[in-house]
Amino acid sequence: MSTATIEPSLESRVHYLNVSYGIKSWLLTTDHKRIALLYLASITLMFFVGGAAAVLIRLHLIEPTGALVQPETYNKLFSMHGIIMVFFFLIPSIPATLGNFLVPMMVGARDLAFPRINLLSWYVYMVGALLTLSAILAGGVDTGWTFYPPYSSNYSQTHVILAALGVFIAGFSSILTGFNFIVTIHKMRAPGLTWFRLPLFIWALYATSIIQILGTPVVAITIALLGLERLFHVGIFDPKIGGDPILFQHLFWFYSHPAVYIMILPPMGVISELVTCFSRKRIFGYSFIAFSSLSIAVISFLVWGHHMFVSGQSVYAGLVFSVLSFLVAIPSAIKVFNWTATLYKGSISYDAPMLYAMGFIGLFTMGGVTGLFLASLAVDVHVHDTYFVIAHFHYIMVGGAVMAYLGGIHFWWPKITGRLYPDKWARFAALVIFIGFNLTFFPQYMLGYLGMPRRYAVYPAEFQVLNVMSSAGASILGVGYLIPLVYLIWSMRYGPVAGPNPWRAKGLEWETPSPPPTENFEETPVVTEEAYAYSTEEA
Amino acid sequence: MWSGFPLRPDQASTIAEGFDHLFYFETAIAIFFATFIFLTIFYFAIKYRRRSENERPPEIEGSLVLELTWTLIPAALCAIMFYWGSALYFTNSRPPTAALEVFVVGKQWMWHLQHAEGPREINELHVPIGRPVKLTLTSEDVIHDFFVPAFRVKHDVVPGQYYSIWFEATKIGKYHFFCAQYCGAQHSGMIGWVTVMSEVDYEQWLTGGVRSETMAQAGGELYQKYACVTCHGTGRAPAFNGIYGQPVKLASGQTVTADEVYLRESIVEPSAKIADGYSPIMPTFKGQLSEEEILQLIAFIKSLGPEEKKVGKP
Repeated sequence: MSTATIEPSLESRVHYLNVSYGIKSWLLTTDHKRIALLYLASITLMFFVGGAAAVLIRLHLIEPTGALVQPETYNKLFSMHGIIMVFFFLIPSIPATLGNFLVPMMVGARDLAFPRINLLSWYVYMVGALLTLSAILAGGVDTGWTFYPPYSSNYSQTHVILAALGVFIAGFSSILTGFNFIVTIHKMRAPGLTWFRLPLFIWALYATSIIQILGTPVVAITIALLGLERLFHVGIFDPKIGGDPILFQHLFWFYSHPAVYIMILPPMGVISELVTCFSRKRIFGYSFIAFSSLSIAVISFLVWGHHMFVSGQSVYAGLVFSVLSFLVAIPSAIKVFNWTATLYKGSISYDAPMLYAMGFIGLFTMGGVTGLFLASLAVDVHVHDTYFVIAHFHYIMVGGAVMAYLGGIHFWWPKITGRLYPDKWARFAALVIFIGFNLTFFPQYMLGYLGMPRRYAVYPAEFQVLNVMSSAGASILGVGYLIPLVYLIWSMRYGPVAGPNPWRAKGLEWETPSPPPTENFEETPVVTEEAYAYSTEEA
Repeated sequence: MWSGFPLRPDQASTIAEGFDHLFYFETAIAIFFATFIFLTIFYFAIKYRRRSENERPPEIEGSLVLELTWTLIPAALCAIMFYWGSALYFTNSRPPTAALEVFVVGKQWMWHLQHAEGPREINELHVPIGRPVKLTLTSEDVIHDFFVPAFRVKHDVVPGQYYSIWFEATKIGKYHFFCAQYCGAQHSGMIGWVTVMSEVDYEQWLTGGVRSETMAQAGGELYQKYACVTCHGTGRAPAFNGIYGQPVKLASGQTVTADEVYLRESIVEPSAKIADGYSPIMPTFKGQLSEEEILQLIAFIKSLGPEEKKVGKP
């Protein structure tokens, strides 16, 4: 263990972290790297707030009669968990932190195309987050993250408007980030960096940005309509005043299904970077992975109806949505096979980011294959709105997205901070998270098949064994998430100095010092080779 | 009801077994692919572990044959699952004609169920074994969802809409039904029991309790009470005799079928679809009639034969 504390080499050089000091230098920064860190701090806070709600949920469900709180409070807890994790953690997570930091560096640019809009997006996000948090402090909201009317518009007695307004506003931050990425990727690539030399992380973020720009306005409109009905009793969704509740579901899922891919495409991009670096190989089937991202972005807009197989849409519509939902599974399968094939004859190391990446591939596969159950009409009828669905999307969102997010943070941490974290702890934490995750969510598949509906504050006693298993897993998972928080913060001050490229990774971001200077590169890099050209490297 | 550690919900309806076969098929596919990916990753990770810092793995660009293989095989399996799931879904979504009818109204936070023969129940449903039962679902307030895991049936219960599901029970016993769509504070309290009885027990149960009037009789009283007869019995408005299930020509030129959905709409929103040849003079009964009363009126209209009106069961 290195005992080196503050290495002179980090401070002797001017970089983006020490170029200026003081609160103002952060709050008024237009440096994409600093904005990424602002986002990192805010979404980490939101992750632990949402996680605290999850811990209370799992504690409560140890007893069939509810061990902790009244049903009203339980309903607020799962609503808060969902709203915070979806809109304020998962959607911004990788794009706003790693994406913000890496897009300009990976394309060899000084900054994003619109640095001030980038800062604006963080402020917009913060306004949204603070509004939603204030709704929670004021007493909470109990509609679930899906805000289904007429319950949300005319029946709930909680702070729906405040919470929904927060989501509405945060949406604009997502649009601004997407817009900034698209322009940057189109216009600011370094000389020689053609489209097919781009890292796959960039392809993934490009596809994500398209969804953000096209989809997010729809959820904004939907929330605005909901607000109109709740505040002014304009009959839009509540049949008592002439509305149609199914219309809301169509509008909501038209965004919220593509939003699932806003949450999972960036993780897929991270995995392509990690798998290649830690097996020291070029990616298997570059163009198949790149185009599968784009085809996911397109098809994702056509599958929203699979959330409505039992809500009363026509059986023929169900048929179309079923076939399209199977279709969207195929590009994801292609990615999984290509990542696995990349390992073949590689030089594989077990550094912490790679453990997260391998965990991702396995857990994402399990989440993916259980999605097939939900795409087939007859099976969905039984498992719809049960714990099976909860298990499925947590395998994708936690087993997939959060694993990749942590893998990415561990991979680029030396670049971001200039320092290394204790590798043994990192590998230990990855293992704890993997075990805790599976123990938490695998029993939920079984619960769902047995018929336990979701969003139940109390439940029949026959479901208790599996619920206790799940809660036990959640306590392990919770500890697993706290370990990296501790050693990463520790490493910012005490970690050994990393050097520009501790993993001997390929990519422009590794060709500049760590932490990078404010302008990223001393001179504009010129790209002469394809991405992941590990074999051409001098041994 | 501590029954140890069940791995499968009860199979207690005609569709449960067919459902489970597809479920097992998909489980097998899921286990196969997950195991395959896990084992391959483990195998590669061990076999190709980094032995020296200076290794230089071979350059492998990709393989079109492999790409096609792992595109087409999953696609073929998806096609099978799609076909199987859809075929089952279509069969399950058509209620047989000679079904017992039960009308289900969800409201925060209880279930009101009424059999066409008359008995009303709250959070309980008694049905005979071996006879198809059709449930017509609607809600008094927010969206609920009627879910019987042992029967593998589920449907949202939407205010302002009628949806039907059906089942035929195959095993005598008591099975949970749940509200599966979040509906507010006591959502998880909105559960009840389906009791499947032998035909004899069911008949006894039907006649055993307080002999209540049938739904159609109750509807007939509403027909008098709300003075529907003033217009619908005098030719100022369409007569009800034999109208149920028949095509109705509208003033707009379209034709609709006089089913439950059309009849309900004509009661709560009379001006929406005016029958050809009549003027839009009927007031709305929205808010005056509960969802249960509307269902009773519909049962009454359904009970009227083509000739003179005879109220209730013959």
